[in-house]
Amino acid sequence: MDVPAIEVRGLSKRYGEGDAAVDALKGVDMRIAPGEVVGLIGPSGSGKSTLLKCLGAVIEPTGGYMALGGRTAFDGGWKIRDLRSLRRDNIGFVFQAPYLIPFLDVTDNVALLPMLAGKSNREARRQAVELLEALDVGHRAKAAPSELSGGEQQRVAIARALVNRPPVVLADEPTAPLDSERALNVVRILNRMAEQYRTAIIVVTHDEKIIPTFRRLYRIRDGRTFEEAGEGRAA
Amino acid sequence: MISLAGRDILHHWAKYVFTGVGLGLLIGVTLSMAGIYRGMVDDAQVLLRSSGADIWAVQQETLGPYAEPSNLRDDAYRAILGMPGVAEASNVTYLTMQIRQGERDVRVMAVGFEPGRPGEPPFLVAGRRIARSHYEVVADVRTGFRLGERVRIRRHEYEVVGLTRRMVSSSGDPMVFLPLKDAQEAQFLKDNDAIVNERARTAANPGLNRPGVPGLLDAILVSQTASRSVNAVLVRVADGHDAEQVAENIRRWKHLEAYTRVQMEEILVSKLIETSARQIATFLVILAIVSAAIVSFIIYTMTLGKVRELAVLKLIGTRNRTIAAMILQQSLGLGLIGFVIGKTVATLWAPYFPKYVLLLPGDAVRGLLATMVVCAIASLLAIRVALKVDPATAIGG
Repeated sequence: MDVPAIEVRGLSKRYGEGDAAVDALKGVDMRIAPGEVVGLIGPSGSGKSTLLKCLGAVIEPTGGYMALGGRTAFDGGWKIRDLRSLRRDNIGFVFQAPYLIPFLDVTDNVALLPMLAGKSNREARRQAVELLEALDVGHRAKAAPSELSGGEQQRVAIARALVNRPPVVLADEPTAPLDSERALNVVRILNRMAEQYRTAIIVVTHDEKIIPTFRRLYRIRDGRTFEEAGEGRAA
Repeated sequence: MISLAGRDILHHWAKYVFTGVGLGLLIGVTLSMAGIYRGMVDDAQVLLRSSGADIWAVQQETLGPYAEPSNLRDDAYRAILGMPGVAEASNVTYLTMQIRQGERDVRVMAVGFEPGRPGEPPFLVAGRRIARSHYEVVADVRTGFRLGERVRIRRHEYEVVGLTRRMVSSSGDPMVFLPLKDAQEAQFLKDNDAIVNERARTAANPGLNRPGVPGLLDAILVSQTASRSVNAVLVRVADGHDAEQVAENIRRWKHLEAYTRVQMEEILVSKLIETSARQIATFLVILAIVSAAIVSFIIYTMTLGKVRELAVLKLIGTRNRTIAAMILQQSLGLGLIGFVIGKTVATLWAPYFPKYVLLLPGDAVRGLLATMVVCAIASLLAIRVALKVDPATAIGG
């Protein structure tokens, strides 16, 4: 196996202290290769969101080890001081709702990340349009987010997550608001993009329609992950 | 990097414009208040300048004809005229009164002057100067009088023969200029009943109505009804003489109070309109606080409406300073829209104020800077909220 895009060992997260302490994660292990799409499933309250927030460098784990894109991000403490840059350059996010910035057009919603990373507006927009075309929404490049359908908005959100070519994309129930056909289309796109850009994608989902499409799954229960082989059915 | 604030303003332009209109009206009122103060100062300066005097000689221990009542004998000017450094001296009277014009009363300052001497209106915009000794007036256009119109002042009717402009008292009342004798009569002559009463009292006084001195009572009665007082003597200083030195001589040798133009300006601006200035300043402070509260509330509300977008922006790596700059720019943008609208409306409605409103470019610049400072301060609360938004909010659960 190559250097894993995501490597997590014994990751834990405790909320609160003393008698009120809650262990949301109790030693999570994960290893995901570049270009791999894995599912993260589990019942409500099992720790999925907490794990996603830890992997997204949004909250600090309590203990364990975590490396993103081959760089040690956490080892008992943050090893990278600028978490904002870590998120911007190494992690893409796709949310349950697209959460596009309503006052930016489609191109600038996607181009904003490379702009924040210091690229020129022209270069950032070129990169954004290229990705939008790859995701079949290039014809809506100048539209406002409110003018797009739900599926189109989600594809733009995927483009935004991938535009900086991050080694890791975290997708939080990206198909929840979509019907079967659109949901499977999103999974197809994620698979294609993972392969094309060698990006590791974790898809947190409850969606029974898409669970059979994963080749590998992590089931999380009571703060612990259990690796399972998926059906890997074509989406 | 694109301007996030600019895009947000363009996206919600209607909200910004309507809010800007509300804020602009407030700023317009603020600029107008400053303009009213400037107008008062300018009116005072025009009043002094247009009188053509370098020195105002008035009753001892008074602040002169505009700030306090002052009475002088009307022959005092002769003594002043003979002093070194005095080129011209003339009597003037000032009386604030109501003049009946048809169905309405017009509040004016009636100025008695001697034609061709200091105190005369410096220019006319219509009609002619006063040519007769009695019953003609020149009026400021703000009185609403028309040429040829007849107006009643006390017992007599006067014809409006000329119109002038920007001649108002320190309290903003338009001026009406009339011959000195008429003005003295209007100001000092008692009504008929009072005269009859006074005559009876004088005749009943054995000291003033002595048997065997037949001309005494008549002479006393004549002196009682004659009006020989004026409010001030306006002095023009001869070339090459120092006004302060001439004023000092008048104070020392004529036992009168004498003010130079600089001193009179100080009295008018610092003493007479000081209370009004303080009133306006207080009002300006209140308006600034109200404006800040409005901008603060609006920007705060707008920020609260964008919590999810802010969380996403932070999650994808937007710097805090970029987010703070966005909110600050939005606030400043709102202030700028408000200022443009405020300046426009203040300019449009200024002519409709009963008092002169002087909108100085310098005040506009200061107003713009103050608006920007107020908006910057008003954005702090919203910035604080935005920076506290947890990027984890964007991730469910």
